[in-house]
Amino acid sequence: MNNVAIELRGITKRFGSVVANKGVNLTVCNGEILSLLGENGSGKTTLMNVISGIYHPDEGQIIIGGEPVSINSPHDAFNYKIGMIHQHFKLVDLFTAAENIILGLNEKGKFDIKSVSKKVAEISSKYGFDIDPNKKIYEMSVSEKQTVEIIKVLYRGADILILDEPTAVLTPQETRKLFDILRRMRDDGKAIIIITHKLHEVLDLSDKVAVLRHGEYVGTVNTSEADENILTEMMVGKKVELNIERPEPVDPQDRLVVEHIDCMSREGVKLLDDVSFTVRSGEILGIAGIAGSGQRELLEAIAGLQKLDGGSIIYHNPKTGTSENLRDKTPLEIRELGVRLSFVPEDRLGMGLVGNMSVVDNMMLRSYRRGKSVFVERHGPEELAHKIIKDLEVATPDAETPVRRLSGGNVQKVLLGREISSSPTLLMAAYPVRGLDINSSYLIYDLLNDQKRKGVAVIFVGEDLDVLLDLCDRIMVIGSGRITGIVDGRNATKNEVGYLMTKTDREEEKSDAE
Amino acid sequence: MDVFVKIMAFIAATVVQGTPLLFGAVGEIITEKSGNLNLGIPGIMYIGGISGIIGGYLYEHFCAEPIPILCVIISLLASLVGSAFIAFIYSFLTITLKANQNVVGLALTTLGVGLGNFYGGSLLKFFGEDGSISLYITGNAYKTKIPFLSDHLGIFGETFFSFGFLVYLAIFIAILSQWIINRTRVGLNLRAIGENPATADAAGINVSLYKYVATCVGGAIAGLGGLYFVMDYTTGAWTNNGFGDRGWLAIAIVIFALWKPRSAILSSYIFGGLYIASVFISGLSGSTKELIKMLPYLVTIIVLVFTSSRKKREHQPPAALGQSYFREER
Repeated sequence: MNNVAIELRGITKRFGSVVANKGVNLTVCNGEILSLLGENGSGKTTLMNVISGIYHPDEGQIIIGGEPVSINSPHDAFNYKIGMIHQHFKLVDLFTAAENIILGLNEKGKFDIKSVSKKVAEISSKYGFDIDPNKKIYEMSVSEKQTVEIIKVLYRGADILILDEPTAVLTPQETRKLFDILRRMRDDGKAIIIITHKLHEVLDLSDKVAVLRHGEYVGTVNTSEADENILTEMMVGKKVELNIERPEPVDPQDRLVVEHIDCMSREGVKLLDDVSFTVRSGEILGIAGIAGSGQRELLEAIAGLQKLDGGSIIYHNPKTGTSENLRDKTPLEIRELGVRLSFVPEDRLGMGLVGNMSVVDNMMLRSYRRGKSVFVERHGPEELAHKIIKDLEVATPDAETPVRRLSGGNVQKVLLGREISSSPTLLMAAYPVRGLDINSSYLIYDLLNDQKRKGVAVIFVGEDLDVLLDLCDRIMVIGSGRITGIVDGRNATKNEVGYLMTKTDREEEKSDAE
Repeated sequence: MDVFVKIMAFIAATVVQGTPLLFGAVGEIITEKSGNLNLGIPGIMYIGGISGIIGGYLYEHFCAEPIPILCVIISLLASLVGSAFIAFIYSFLTITLKANQNVVGLALTTLGVGLGNFYGGSLLKFFGEDGSISLYITGNAYKTKIPFLSDHLGIFGETFFSFGFLVYLAIFIAILSQWIINRTRVGLNLRAIGENPATADAAGINVSLYKYVATCVGGAIAGLGGLYFVMDYTTGAWTNNGFGDRGWLAIAIVIFALWKPRSAILSSYIFGGLYIASVFISGLSGSTKELIKMLPYLVTIIVLVFTSSRKKREHQPPAALGQSYFREER
């Protein structure tokens, strides 16, 4: 029964100077489910792309059925009976399930969609899928589409299935159904690899867990011998001291009170679920979480870019002493209320700055409404641009250079400089140090601390737990659109935050099932 | 009885007018199914006409006793090659070089009309002749009626079996392409490319090859519309701009027929009937005639308004229509 389906030995994959996978060893047997666990950017997807033939490893061996093999294309992977179910479905909306399943297959004999439907029905009854082969994809729910993807690889005879975060888009009930099917496939002798960062799913479903951290292979444990503590520690590793300054907050006052906000995606998935928290002046509130857990929607809701389905966002104006509800207001309305809010979005050159415009023109994006005549006023922005270039040491030939020609760190300095210049009372920065070198990162931390000393309420969305733990006064952890916990940055441990990140409210799921 | 005869004559005229449109529409449907919006079709139809003329002229001119069947074969092949070649230029620019489909298509229409008129006006001068092109032997060969059926069935035979073979070929091609698109593996792959080329690519389908073949075959079929016009309708004579704006009507029919070749048959005849209606309504003043002539264009506008507001997914154009496909290099 337990013969090895696929084995990886010392797989290393580099992209330029970045090592995405380093010395990864992995063994999956037939009739076994292996979970691949790791934070964002830990190299899970890269590793799976190596197995499915999209990337070629720089070092190491892949052994299938006892023979070392070379997988050079998705087609090769298919010949070795490897089937990958991507996070983003590759389906033709207008086609039926059956048409999608046989698309691109060159089966011999007459083209007969009815016999395909019959074979699909056989596979469905074998593993317990619930699917109508003649239903069009555009009429299907996300979970039905996923089912079509899984049947597609089974129809092609896959024995090794790789699922890339299959539960990310599913409701708890759908997740349970998927797990039942995966167990049935395991009992049928298939080897299954599932990529996830939800701890309870790992413990619930898999036989073995392999953990990656920053591209390095940490180890494999049997699920029966593991618990949440062991896995979290393997996943996040030991705390690294960064020596980032953290001044004590002075006279913190409630600046922004968010209460019970909800936000639904067009597909009906909850992006924000009953989120409540308070941001205080003179304090940095860190937001930690797996990417795509609702951080973006949360900040955009506060900035007036995301419509909400419930709740309120109350801003306490320190100047006038009045309180305003910012919910469902446009950015312009928010500004006209006298709310001095600055937003450094994740997508710097998409939402923050216009790449083809110069530093000066980008400054004007904030001030073009000023001035008396029909002509825009350029003197102010020009001075501001020169001031930012000088103060923040932006490396640029001059203030008229298009910002897209600047390096990532300098782009971020221009954006942050502009946002700070309007002397905000609330500053939100999403991943402000992503892609920046060490020096630029520390400069950004200093800028945020300066704002904090001035009494600005700062929200810092980060991905590096060490940074969050060193910089922030409080850390709020968000998971699947829910706040899973708010901890004190001064005495919280990395494990604690890591555990909150991967936790989903299991009480809730149980009540859903009933 | 007089009215009946007139109606039958109108039906016959409708079919004659509809046939070039049908070729154009079916050619464009096949092209659009691959995601290529070829607005060069009006130009390609001119090229199809003039290529056939050149082929037929060269044979008639250099052969002492032209054989009618060879006249047909040679001009037919010349037409297919000529229009497929222009469609190939379109394919190369839009598929390989990823140029904007609208710009390339419009440029090729201008080029096609211009080339057609240029050779139409100067072909005879190259060979030191005067006058205008008229290929009687070839033209009459194209007009050959179906024997027996055309003259033994009374007015029905005269109405339905008196056309040249291209009329029946157009219907046959429309039905055949409907079958291929909806009932074969090749058709499934083609539709997948027009809907979602990335998915088709991931499924192992050669996206570029399909796009090239569909565009060139579609262009060749559309070119037959031009050939029918110059050989059958005008009996081998070329007049500059004689084909007019029928190419654009063909593109409108694609939308009217909701991208179904089978529906294009009836749609083309309706448009053909509207095109010729003013001639068959007696006692019209000059200005009313002009108003009647507007009908096809008016219908096109109305159709566009209705189809664009229609919600049913199956009635929408291919989802990736007009977009160049870039494979994500990761």
